[in-house]
Amino acid sequence: MHTMIEVDDLACRFGDFEAVKGISFHVAPGEIFAFLGPNGAGKTTTIKMLTTLLRPTRGSIRIDGLDPATDSHEVRRRFGIVFQDPSLDSQLTAMENLELHAALYSVPRAVRRERIEKLMKQFELWDKRDQLTMTYSGGMKRRLEIVRGFLHTPKVLFLDEPTLGLDPQSRHQLWNHVRAINQSEGITVFLTTHYMDEAERVAQRIAIVDHGRIVALGTLAELKQQTQTESLEAAFLKLTGTAVRDETAGSADAMRQIMKAWRR
Amino acid sequence: MNAIYVLWLRALKQFSRSKAQIVSSVGQPLLYLLALGFGLGPVFQRAGQGNYIQFIAPGVITMTVLFSAMFSGIGLIWDRQFGFLKETLVAPVPRIAVMLGRTLGGATVALMQGLLVLVLSMAIGFRPAHVAAIPEAILYMMLIAFVFCALGTALGSRLENMQAFPMVSSFVMMPMFFLSGALYPLAGLPGAMKVVTAANPLTYGVDGVRGALIGTWHFSAGLDLLVLLGVGGLFVALGAWSFSRIQL
Repeated sequence: MHTMIEVDDLACRFGDFEAVKGISFHVAPGEIFAFLGPNGAGKTTTIKMLTTLLRPTRGSIRIDGLDPATDSHEVRRRFGIVFQDPSLDSQLTAMENLELHAALYSVPRAVRRERIEKLMKQFELWDKRDQLTMTYSGGMKRRLEIVRGFLHTPKVLFLDEPTLGLDPQSRHQLWNHVRAINQSEGITVFLTTHYMDEAERVAQRIAIVDHGRIVALGTLAELKQQTQTESLEAAFLKLTGTAVRDETAGSADAMRQIMKAWRR
Repeated sequence: MNAIYVLWLRALKQFSRSKAQIVSSVGQPLLYLLALGFGLGPVFQRAGQGNYIQFIAPGVITMTVLFSAMFSGIGLIWDRQFGFLKETLVAPVPRIAVMLGRTLGGATVALMQGLLVLVLSMAIGFRPAHVAAIPEAILYMMLIAFVFCALGTALGSRLENMQAFPMVSSFVMMPMFFLSGALYPLAGLPGAMKVVTAANPLTYGVDGVRGALIGTWHFSAGLDLLVLLGVGGLFVALGAWSFSRIQL
């Protein structure tokens, strides 16, 4: 069977620290696949390797049959991504952000306008298209980033904690949109999240990762059965323990603190 | 090509929308022109060197271009921190096109700021030698803008947080500016200063802009162009290489 994402014995080491320690999984075309894990489990590192931003130290990746390390250009055409941190240009309008993206991805001019309009209407942003994105709310920014990720009709969409910091209404609406587009365009979705209910609702299969390894992988029913628990959250805690992980704040977080202080 | 164009356009849009950047970009040069120009003017005159405003204006214009270009290049750090860099790095576009688009955009903004300061300095009494002087000066300003925006990109690709701004400002930009002959004539400098100024690429930029505008050269148009093009090639190669190696 043809697989959309195929990962075999993938590892990534930063100096002495091995963030990802040899993971293997595959994702079928059109599937919604969730990657769950505590902070520092290696989720974002894995996404970075899958999306050509980081070179693996070991193992192999195939996206639609292509290797991101050697065929990065072709792989980049095939996926869209919503990063964990915002990645819009806040000094451009929503429309300008999308047009810039369309130009970078060589979306033909003839279909560009039409597709932007269709997606922006679907994600309820069309009326606000000429506002600078710095005036957007958190939920609107995330929706715009998803629109942008879809714009060049990718085969795979990566969502790295897309609902972080959103209110329940925005989260609910965002997943409805993602599911709708997964069905209408048959797009494969690879997502990470901290919210168990989200994974339960949208994902067909779930991988639980901890300390750089996949500790369990299967459908919701399989995970519950395997751990003899009643819910995904209980299964997750049973597999990963209850100790709290402290992530050191990166420089990006430090910068955001400074920016917040400045705006006052 | 399209990628280069859209990234260039982005830089211009950002600049035209940021009134604070436009105002602050001319504030410091204006202070140099007024305080140093009129403050040291009488001493300069008594030393037999002529009108100090005529002398310092090309230096301050060059400074404006240098600072703006370097900061645009290092501005890469902001894009890294606020995420937009990732959007360009996962796009199916060669890294060199992304780097060139950014650099050309930053260089164009730097050139516009330099022109703004040229107009301001003419308003306070600076007079170019003749009309053809201005297009000739623009050629040097374009080169300076591109060369130092590329250097900024090379530095910005290696630095990860914003503490780098004051570091680069104190240890790269200010020394380059003060040791370039922007503020004083190079003739008759003590030996060590002579060596340091001659090794500073900006010296040739200042000399080119000043030579074009008021017709007095320390070196020559040919040498200035040669050095700027040579150093430019080196910095662009260095910037492109550093940028292509960015991992997130």
